[in-house]
Amino acid sequence: MIWGVLQFPGSCDERDALRACEIAGEGARLVWHESRDLDGVDGIVIPGGFSYGDYLRAGAIARFSPAMEAVAEAAAGGAPVLGICNGFQVLCEAGLLPGALLRNVELRFICRQADIVEERSGETLSIPMKHGEGRYYAPDELLEEMEARGQVAYRYAEGHNSNGSVRDIAGVRNEAGNVLGLMPHPEHAVDPLTGSTDGIKVFEAAAAAGTLA
Amino acid sequence: MPRARVLIRPKEGILDPQGKAVERALPALGFEGIEHVHVGRLVELDVEDPERLGELCEKLLANPLIEDYEIQTL
Repeated sequence: MIWGVLQFPGSCDERDALRACEIAGEGARLVWHESRDLDGVDGIVIPGGFSYGDYLRAGAIARFSPAMEAVAEAAAGGAPVLGICNGFQVLCEAGLLPGALLRNVELRFICRQADIVEERSGETLSIPMKHGEGRYYAPDELLEEMEARGQVAYRYAEGHNSNGSVRDIAGVRNEAGNVLGLMPHPEHAVDPLTGSTDGIKVFEAAAAAGTLA
Repeated sequence: MPRARVLIRPKEGILDPQGKAVERALPALGFEGIEHVHVGRLVELDVEDPERLGELCEKLLANPLIEDYEIQTL
């Protein structure tokens, strides 16, 4: 499994994402935002950062990039797509994932280790989070549908929902299951040196969901 | 070219912590009797075809899931 990691002006976690892909898969290469050609990769990671300065709304401008057009096509074809933090915001803005990310409820940038629970397995993962606009929101009717379809991928463990996300949602997937987005940063949790390697499991889950779809 | 102004505000019912923070700061500054403060965005632009503004708002300027918009042609 070779991942492509998108790089926008203002991305800042693409190097960690590359390294995580190398640890969790067979490698990765960067894909520049102006490229419509995904260079034969098997899946796409949209990394964290502040694409296009987060102007207007986080992710609002990045969704119109040529690379995102290619990602939308690949996603429709069942390729695995993993959006992390700003990448999650981009996927929501692009309509590839349901919902939206709003300013944190306390209006503060949050940077801390968080426990998130994988919805299907019930497994708790320790993953860092760092964002100012991570409060997941979707209207109630949409949330009911998403929960019924199993689209909630990760929830913050009790006491760890510091951004005020609705129903403690930390990550969601699309209906087909191959597009996954989450606010915490699994790419920062792949080496015992930094305290947790639980992030590898998120990359593995994203890769497996894509190949199954 | 006609000038237009687009007002974008958080949808009713969605928690607006920015508005709340402003509202809470007001009494300390001696401003009493102010409530329901909401903070949004203002976009000004010149547009050849104002008919297309709705589409522009839906696609880019606002996120209709979380924001309402109001178009004023000047």
